Amino acid sequence: MLLENETASQTAGPFVHIGLVPDSVGIKQRALVSSELCSLGIPDGSKAIEVTGQVFDGSGSAIMDAVLELWQADHQGHYPEQSAGGFRGWGRSAIDPELGHFSFRTIKPGPVTTQRGAVMAPHLAFWLVARGINLGLHTRMYFPEDLELHALDPVLKSIELKSRWSTLIASSIEPVAQNDALLRYRFDIVLQGDRETVFFDI
Amino acid sequence: MGSSRVLDAYYPRNFAVHPRANDPAYKTSLLRSPRHALLSIDPTPTELSGPGFSPADLDPLDHDLTQNHAHTGLPIGERIIIHGRVIDEQARPLPNVLIEIWQANAGGRYRHDKDRYLAPLDPNFGGCGRTLSGQDGSYFFRTIRPGPYPWRNRMNDWRPAHVHFAISGKAWCQRLVTQMYFEGDPLIQRDAIVATVADHQALDRLIARFDPHASLPFDCLAYRFDLVLRGRRAQFFETLLPE
Repeated sequence: MLLENETASQTAGPFVHIGLVPDSVGIKQRALVSSELCSLGIPDGSKAIEVTGQVFDGSGSAIMDAVLELWQADHQGHYPEQSAGGFRGWGRSAIDPELGHFSFRTIKPGPVTTQRGAVMAPHLAFWLVARGINLGLHTRMYFPEDLELHALDPVLKSIELKSRWSTLIASSIEPVAQNDALLRYRFDIVLQGDRETVFFDI
Repeated sequence: MGSSRVLDAYYPRNFAVHPRANDPAYKTSLLRSPRHALLSIDPTPTELSGPGFSPADLDPLDHDLTQNHAHTGLPIGERIIIHGRVIDEQARPLPNVLIEIWQANAGGRYRHDKDRYLAPLDPNFGGCGRTLSGQDGSYFFRTIRPGPYPWRNRMNDWRPAHVHFAISGKAWCQRLVTQMYFEGDPLIQRDAIVATVADHQALDRLIARFDPHASLPFDCLAYRFDLVLRGRRAQFFETLLPE
């Protein structure tokens, strides 16, 4: 039996930036986390990536005031245990209030093995809060080049409507220059409507 | 590939205590709420792990909002302490939980470009703070009691005085954002965002209690606000069922 109930959620509201990304509203505080996950360098053997996207509401308008958090495994599929200098796997990005997009620079994660021995395709976990969102939304982004692994992924497989899989798969952006080592992806999140992103109860 | 770390399992989320995604009285929620049901998944290492936090991530004044943005003096307003404990659904204390707060100043104005309320900014108040819970789950902040303010929803809607909380526990699935209200505030009963929480007990627990015993003589009054995160489930035996 449970002794307590979880504290009720409330919306993060329009001024969430003050608390979660204070530097974005000009408040000086040491950054706890940022949208650059590898500011100390790219770990050996990993691929640098950039993920950019927008968040749309039920009218198809881009939301300008959301904050996203990212949680991911390292390139070997391990979730980092501590922050001690190394790759931390944790990021945060506010939607740019002028351009209307979020952006993360990180590394591509490796496949992660579940407790039951299934292999999950490489993915980024996103958590989204904003004004009008009463309970933070959880989703995942998968990579377009891993189609064979998608077919085996236990989470994707649990989505009954196969047509909705595509809402979790990013698209590749062509490199700007041929010698560009950064892999670029586009991942849009749709809160409501025909292309509504799959959100999870985890 | 993969991790051999043993990860805790958590009780499924009890949605009865949380607001509905779509609440007509809180108008902005209408277009920002999914229409499809959330997909319940058997949590994987992605949801059961999470970033770790260390005191070295924080600065000494991060939890004191009366000082962390003070330039020419102390901020204007009623000095208060907000304190409490972070526990899980089995009432176990949760240490090392990251608690981030943000709020309006004493006049009800946020330090944010999008806030156009006519109450003035306070040059000595930033309005954000953060701390880690101690070994017994306890935490505290010192701040200024925020003012109520009007917002665009129905005509003449006012938010009760409140402090926003973002709480990050050990696991990704424990993340929570909420708001703390103050005992005795007549605006609580009239607020559309408060009312998104239908469960009366759950709502009552969002209201901090005046705590005279924790008040500091000749310094500040205190309010008590306890937080409950998703609880770890006892694992009686290993589940080794195939996928």
